[in-house]
Amino acid sequence: MENRIEQIKAEALESVAKAIDIEQIKSLSVKYLGRKGLVTLFLRNISQLPAKERPDAGKQANIAKKELENAFEKAFADLETKTKNDGFNAIDVSLPGRPSPQGTLHPITHITRRICSIFSRMGFDIAEGPEIETDYYNFEALNIPKNHPARDMQDTFYVSDNIVLRTHTSPIQVHIMEQHAPPIRIVAPGKVYRCDSDLTHTPMFNQVEGLLVDEHVSFGDLKGVLEAFIHEIFDEQISLRFRPSYFPFTEPSAEVDILCVICRGKGCKVCSNTGWLEVLGCGMVHPAVFENVGYDTSQYTGFAFGMGVERLAMLKYGINDLRMFFESDYRFLRQF
Amino acid sequence: MKISLNWLKQYVPVNIPTTELAEKLTMAGMEVEGVTERFQYLDSVVVGSIIEVAPHPNADKLRLCQVSIGEQIISVVCGAPNAKAGMKVPCALPGAILPSGLAVKKSTIRGETSEGMLCSEAELELGIDTSGLMILSDNPEEGICLNTALNLADTVLEIDLTPNRPDCLSFIGIAREVATMVDQPVSLPEINLPPASGRITDHTSVTINNADLCPRYTARLITDITVGPSPFWLQDRLLSIGLKPINNIVDITNFVMMEQGQPLHAFDFDQLAENRIVVRTAHNKEVFTTLDGKERLLNDTTLMICDGEKPVAVAGVMGGMNSEIENTTTRVLLESAYFNPISIRKTAKHLTLNTDATHRFERGVDPDGTITALNRAAQLIAEIGNGQLIDGIIDEHPLPSSANAISLSVTKTNKYLGTDLNQKEIADYLRSVEFKIEIKNADILSVLAPTFRVDVSRPEDLMEEVARLWGYNNIKTTFPKISGVTNLPNQSSQIKDQIKDVMAGYGFSESITYSFIGKDACDRLNLAENDERRRLLEILNPISEAQSVMRTSLIPGLLEAMHHNLSHQIKDLKFFELGKIFISNGQAQQPTETEMLAGLWTGSRFNMTWHNKPVSCDFYDLKGILEDLFHSFGLEGISFSKMEDALCSYTKAGHTAQILFNDKPFGLIGELAPIILNNFNIKQPAFIFELNINTFISNLTKTKMFVPIPKFPFTDRDITLIVDNNVQAGDILAKVGFFKEKLMEDISVLDVYSGKPIPDGKKSISLRIVYRSFTETLSDKQINLVHQQLTDRIIQQFNATLPV
Repeated sequence: MENRIEQIKAEALESVAKAIDIEQIKSLSVKYLGRKGLVTLFLRNISQLPAKERPDAGKQANIAKKELENAFEKAFADLETKTKNDGFNAIDVSLPGRPSPQGTLHPITHITRRICSIFSRMGFDIAEGPEIETDYYNFEALNIPKNHPARDMQDTFYVSDNIVLRTHTSPIQVHIMEQHAPPIRIVAPGKVYRCDSDLTHTPMFNQVEGLLVDEHVSFGDLKGVLEAFIHEIFDEQISLRFRPSYFPFTEPSAEVDILCVICRGKGCKVCSNTGWLEVLGCGMVHPAVFENVGYDTSQYTGFAFGMGVERLAMLKYGINDLRMFFESDYRFLRQF
Repeated sequence: MKISLNWLKQYVPVNIPTTELAEKLTMAGMEVEGVTERFQYLDSVVVGSIIEVAPHPNADKLRLCQVSIGEQIISVVCGAPNAKAGMKVPCALPGAILPSGLAVKKSTIRGETSEGMLCSEAELELGIDTSGLMILSDNPEEGICLNTALNLADTVLEIDLTPNRPDCLSFIGIAREVATMVDQPVSLPEINLPPASGRITDHTSVTINNADLCPRYTARLITDITVGPSPFWLQDRLLSIGLKPINNIVDITNFVMMEQGQPLHAFDFDQLAENRIVVRTAHNKEVFTTLDGKERLLNDTTLMICDGEKPVAVAGVMGGMNSEIENTTTRVLLESAYFNPISIRKTAKHLTLNTDATHRFERGVDPDGTITALNRAAQLIAEIGNGQLIDGIIDEHPLPSSANAISLSVTKTNKYLGTDLNQKEIADYLRSVEFKIEIKNADILSVLAPTFRVDVSRPEDLMEEVARLWGYNNIKTTFPKISGVTNLPNQSSQIKDQIKDVMAGYGFSESITYSFIGKDACDRLNLAENDERRRLLEILNPISEAQSVMRTSLIPGLLEAMHHNLSHQIKDLKFFELGKIFISNGQAQQPTETEMLAGLWTGSRFNMTWHNKPVSCDFYDLKGILEDLFHSFGLEGISFSKMEDALCSYTKAGHTAQILFNDKPFGLIGELAPIILNNFNIKQPAFIFELNINTFISNLTKTKMFVPIPKFPFTDRDITLIVDNNVQAGDILAKVGFFKEKLMEDISVLDVYSGKPIPDGKKSISLRIVYRSFTETLSDKQINLVHQQLTDRIIQQFNATLPV
């Protein structure tokens, strides 16, 4: 009888060694150790053996059972590890993943944020203002009286004699200065409106306005801040120039040109062959504006600037058609 | 403004290359927008030598010429009577575009091939003779370009002048600026008046009734003139800057205006009733015919130049038909005046009539420049028109201009600009542009601006001059000393940015649509007559009907966007827009501006890929987004309640929820009504939402508070209730919330089902309730008790039964 159990054990161990998957181990386990398994049956039949053989047979069978249990367990664990590690039941990893697509922000939002964050780090706060303005805030307070030719610089949408769609974000300067004493450092993004619609103009567009008022602010400071800004938003190397210009609410006034990012100054269609691109307008706040908001011009000076967001977005992203910004074409929006 | 370099050189030597000049002008604030070669059109016009002239077989008046153009002989059909073999003439080759706009091409004229065009001097704008071919003397080489042959070259600069520099709206004005750049003096034209006779005051008079509108009026009289075409040099000057020659008298007034910047007007003296001038305002509703033949309706603020009886010109704007210079005119009254800029601008606006004169007058001409211009023109008229100058000037000057010296501190200038210039440098810069300087002390200069610099009145204006002349780019770059105080934290723009980020995170793409919409948008949205969103703010001068009012909802913009994309085969869309709507408070007031968030979802729930079967998005997809949006911002007190059918306008009844914040309307969500789809020409269902972002932002709790993580396990219990179909699950959840059962942590809807075996008109709702205590592990007994009580109350409240 000893041989019998040894035989079963040897058979079982041989089968286990040959087994290649967990299912086989499971069925071997049933075959030998299950309720009707060979080892189980052997154990159950011990009672029918002659009494003196029983203790040894029982002992031997229990040892064999234990040994087999261990062997199955080990084989099971080995195979399980093997399965886990060896790409058993491999999937087609080349199939595309299950998408959970992000949406996109409008390029205007991206660029506006970029502008604001650069100025934020220089200590500027964000301000906002109404889009429909009174004539006073849009013009008069900014030193653009009624019947002044400077009004021709901006084609205004009128709601009534006294109410206009703001033509620039500059009225926000006036609101802020009326409500707060210096020092002031703000950037103010927003939509503006001008009665002009062609290839290079949309009747609505976006600007970011900036204002810094403090004691001892100079034109040199204006240059420093804007130069730092331009270098950060374009690149460290880009050439820029300050060119005299005219805005009724600043004196001196300047436009800032950068070397054309398309042709690097050689002259191309984008820069109308000038080699330069106008990117923002700026100047020292005109004393008449300070007088209108009740600031003491002998104590405070300041500078203001404004830029068109679409223009920067077009340059940054290489967008060549202004009208795309407001068409909500998914193929456009999904690119940003 | 166009500046011909040849003309400019009459007043200042330009000894630097054109590109450098253009650069310098630009950097001095006179932006050069374009540089063109005036005679470029002559590149395709060559010297041709007529070899043979034969009659045209099919036309009496035409002839057939063989023309040698160097290496080639071409046939040209020509109608000029003076064409003769051996002549050298200009021959325009195919491709040439003549000043008249005529494009020369190879053609067949009455059966004969013509490979070019022989030209007269008038056709080439090189003279005034139209009678025959231009004869090229001095035997130029055949085949070379005409501009080379005739040594013609002129560069025209297009300068974009800012409104503050009317003094540069003339050749002399630009010459003054160029003079400082090339460090050369300006040479002003010498005025030598011819011998005069008589006395002007014997012939005419000027009466000014409105001195404030016409501070100065000067006039001269020239008799015995012959009106006719101008000599070529004068025509050429005008043509070089794109002005059309008319007759010698008018051309002279234009020439002098361009040279001096002072607009002039010439009246036919014999057409002036009583031979005198009265300057007065018009009568209301008076009608006057201007030179361009148009009838103009005047009002009582329009300043008019009148004779003894009637208006003869709109002052500073345009002359009248009734006193126009005609070929028969023999006596000319020449006007050179200074008009009030605001008055001229109002009139130009009122009449929508902008002329070279209004452009200058409304910006401000030199108040002391009238006499010089008057004399310059009088001299030219006498010379060119062979006229007799009448002695004397009428100079009515009721309101002399007063120039005040400006006190300029050197220290303040340097502080303001960030420069380190000394007093002499500053004084020299200002002197270079004709400012008069008096040194008061080591710091202070007393500066008198020249009268033509109408833009200078404050010390800052002088600082700008100094900065401009020193060069903006020579100013050292510094950085402001920033004080630590910042007093304007703006949370709302930050929150709006966060909302955008969250929406993008949910897969929505941000759209920005125009703030204006069409007036019909309210009807297209099917809004009720009393809907607040019908309070439209109208734009008086819109670009188009479709953009004529400010939007009162973001929905039309999103629907247009959807339509645009559907028509480009893009059917699955998730859009949002965050922007303002405008509710009118009347046209004379600012509207109420409210920041709104709107979203639109149409098409599939998932991207179409191998993982998913196509499933359309639905109401609950969009609602889930909003619920999570509120949750992520910690906005509490939100509820969704069924929008009453009668109140649904652009969304489908029964498929619309009103979003409430503390029981006040705050937004809506729903499926678009079929009629709206139809109105916007959209052919697939879409779900939209709108939220008032002002309310959203103002009700956010400032800081979130931490809630301790529970130490004890939870237990959940499910219950299925059978209720009437019209019972809203949200009401059950809300009601259970009101019970405020301490041990209940959460309740959620597991399943909703109607159909067999649930009786008709009923539905089953399965709820999962989570119980937990913060102080102990709950026993089954405790939970069973609470659960039993809770469910009993629900069953009672909603008249529910348990499944059999």
